[in-house]
Amino acid sequence: MPYNPTLVAPMRTELTRLGVKELTSAAEVDAALGDQRGSMLVFVNSVCGCAAGNARPALALALQHSVLPQQVVTVFAGQDLEAAARARQYFGEYQPSSPSMALLRDGEVVHFVHRHQIEGRSPQSIAADLTAAFDRFYAASV
Amino acid sequence: MPGHVFHPGHSALHGITVVVETRNQRTYVGRFDTEASGGVHILDAGVHDFTAAGQLSKDEYIKRCAKFGVPTQHKHLIVPTAEITRITRLGEIE
Repeated sequence: MPYNPTLVAPMRTELTRLGVKELTSAAEVDAALGDQRGSMLVFVNSVCGCAAGNARPALALALQHSVLPQQVVTVFAGQDLEAAARARQYFGEYQPSSPSMALLRDGEVVHFVHRHQIEGRSPQSIAADLTAAFDRFYAASV
Repeated sequence: MPGHVFHPGHSALHGITVVVETRNQRTYVGRFDTEASGGVHILDAGVHDFTAAGQLSKDEYIKRCAKFGVPTQHKHLIVPTAEITRITRLGEIE
């Protein structure tokens, strides 16, 4: 059951203020990911205060890097149920978890950060792994 | 991360995705919730059963969980403490 929208609004704003585009319906997900070209990061947001509470600042840090995905979008697991479920259909054999991050290139997942790779880690440490992935997968495509 | 408590007021492993190995043929991967008298409570768990035909080996199953995530088979299960031989964070698996 989704949480009170007022309670999760700051968790949405923490991403949208970075310029991350929020996808709240299956149609919006299909429009963004359906014929995806170039590089894209999909952030699966979550109310989990400990894991997502570090993942969101990690993304903010990573987005200061010199190499970036061309598009950054987000769906909110447990809140925008339809959008999150549809986004996960684009992640192939990667199992659902939240928070998590999928790095795509031309519609294919090239790197995935699961919840278990976020738990108990600092935003700086998570961001370092993210920027390494940006360098590895996106350096030549931007 | 020694000494780090992920959720203040809870076990150090509360909320952490763990691999629970047991004396029997089963290995569980899921989110550690709590340990009570009945055993360790695991949420959103996948199970590897060594006796099941056509299964990956235990090590292959764990590595696959680390790379692709945990295929949830149970929302909640309890693993008796006496059966547990080792608990490892999935995030520590390469």
